[in-house]
Amino acid sequence: MSELLFSIFIFTLAAFVGFEVISKVPPTLHTPLMSGSNAISGITIIGSLLIAGRTESPLLTVLGTAAVVCAMINVVGGFLVTDRMLRMFRSQRAAERDGSAH
Amino acid sequence: MEALINLAYLAASAMFIVALKRLSSPRTARSGNLLGAAGMALGIVATLLDRSIVRFEWIVLGVLLGSALGAVMALRVRMTAMPQMVALLNGFGGAASALVATAEIERLLLHHGLSQASGVLIGTIHASVIIGSVTFTGSVIAFAKLQELLTGRPIVLPLHQLWNALLTAAAVGLTILALVQQHSWAEPTLTGLFYAVLVLSALLGIMLVIPIGGADMPVVISFLNSLSGLAAASTGFVLHNYLLIIAGTLVGASGFILTNIMCVAMNRTLPNVLFGAFGAEVTAGTATDRVVRSTTPEDAAVILGYARSVIVVPGYGMAVAQAQHAVKKLATLLQQRGVDVKFAIHPVAGRMPGHMNVLLAEADVPYELLYDMEQINPEFEHTDVALVVGANDVVNPAARKDPSSPLYGMPILNVDYARTVIVLKRSMNPGFAGVENELFYQPNTYMLFGDARRSLEAIAEALKSV
Repeated sequence: MSELLFSIFIFTLAAFVGFEVISKVPPTLHTPLMSGSNAISGITIIGSLLIAGRTESPLLTVLGTAAVVCAMINVVGGFLVTDRMLRMFRSQRAAERDGSAH
Repeated sequence: MEALINLAYLAASAMFIVALKRLSSPRTARSGNLLGAAGMALGIVATLLDRSIVRFEWIVLGVLLGSALGAVMALRVRMTAMPQMVALLNGFGGAASALVATAEIERLLLHHGLSQASGVLIGTIHASVIIGSVTFTGSVIAFAKLQELLTGRPIVLPLHQLWNALLTAAAVGLTILALVQQHSWAEPTLTGLFYAVLVLSALLGIMLVIPIGGADMPVVISFLNSLSGLAAASTGFVLHNYLLIIAGTLVGASGFILTNIMCVAMNRTLPNVLFGAFGAEVTAGTATDRVVRSTTPEDAAVILGYARSVIVVPGYGMAVAQAQHAVKKLATLLQQRGVDVKFAIHPVAGRMPGHMNVLLAEADVPYELLYDMEQINPEFEHTDVALVVGANDVVNPAARKDPSSPLYGMPILNVDYARTVIVLKRSMNPGFAGVENELFYQPNTYMLFGDARRSLEAIAEALKSV
């Protein structure tokens, strides 16, 4: 099986998994889902590292390092901001528990 | 070693799938996000073992710089500015993909030349640079609009849709040309074609987002979110890396689902949002000769204080006025008086999916008090007061009644069925869709003009002496 065909296989199956896994998200979580999944799309960091780590030409080093910076902003910013949001989401029970503790 | 790296990639793929699954339930969401981060860390560490990585100084520099910038952005951003933050993060993902595609072209040039590469490789690199560039510039424009560096109103050029069609055709056409002429044209020409595609795609990203108005931003942000995933997946096609394909496609799918939810919530299709330039012309309306009933914070406090049930309907105005804490304070005061308080959240209230939920969570409103449109709509007719805080188009009854209205058919929150409606609003300006709102002229509607936060604080103050 050719490399491209195999990639298309993976792509199609991953798309089905994605639709199945995420089809039911409560609206409360729409924003964290978006920023969290956005952080996952920073997976391009892998391609960026493979370029920045070579010694082929200065131009490639510049492009690779720039890609690493962009992808890391995406990854670190995405996961951190999602965590910051999710820390705020609390149920009534948790709110009352905290309220009585103070 | 290569087997080990690939096993790590497989584990990371599985972690991303479970992470997304857990992100879709409030109780597991936080652990899901952490699992995603762990999967990412695993992917990064495994990649560093790759034999083709021979030096680390630039990697360390890039990782440290990117992490520091990302952390500062994530920790300093205000919750009200979350839509532009998400837009910007989408953009960085797209930029990384475009940069990797460019680097792959330059690598080919350095070694055997573009003519020696497989057509599949050239094609996937072009696809990758198209998606990456559109995502990057589109996100930057969305950011600029949300940050109000650009006007939030649609900017439409003459023959705008024709230009977009031409740009798309040119980017795709030049890619096909590069494939057809791969073995006959000289290397500089083929390289030129690649960079031309890059520039055209970047222009296309700008042109796609610039005519889109503020109220349509939830659709655009989730669409760009989907694109950022597809950009990563396309990079995976270039590098034959299945982790990139899987992770990118998962994100593409989730973004697509959100885009679809947003479109349904506006009763519009994605092409209609992207190409409709909704709200470009502000209809003059007949507002000037019609009378609204305005009220004072004191009167509003009396109405709310003696109600049995109140439904709060937040909109973008709450975000603009940073009024979420004032809303929470008023709600708590009302609850202490025995008033039943609920929050009604329209799916496209605000500027991104879930915008209102994030703001109310920041203000410590328990999420059980937040109701979706379908859950809450039957309750308005049994409710004493609907308190509209800076929402407009999503509560416009014209969407239900007036077939000539541009909003007609959009599912709305039926606040007009409540016994009394109090609307907090800055002025009589129409909403982002530029449509006059019938609700404001209803006999049971009271308008309280002014900054939403100050109005809410004044009501809360007055409530103490009711």
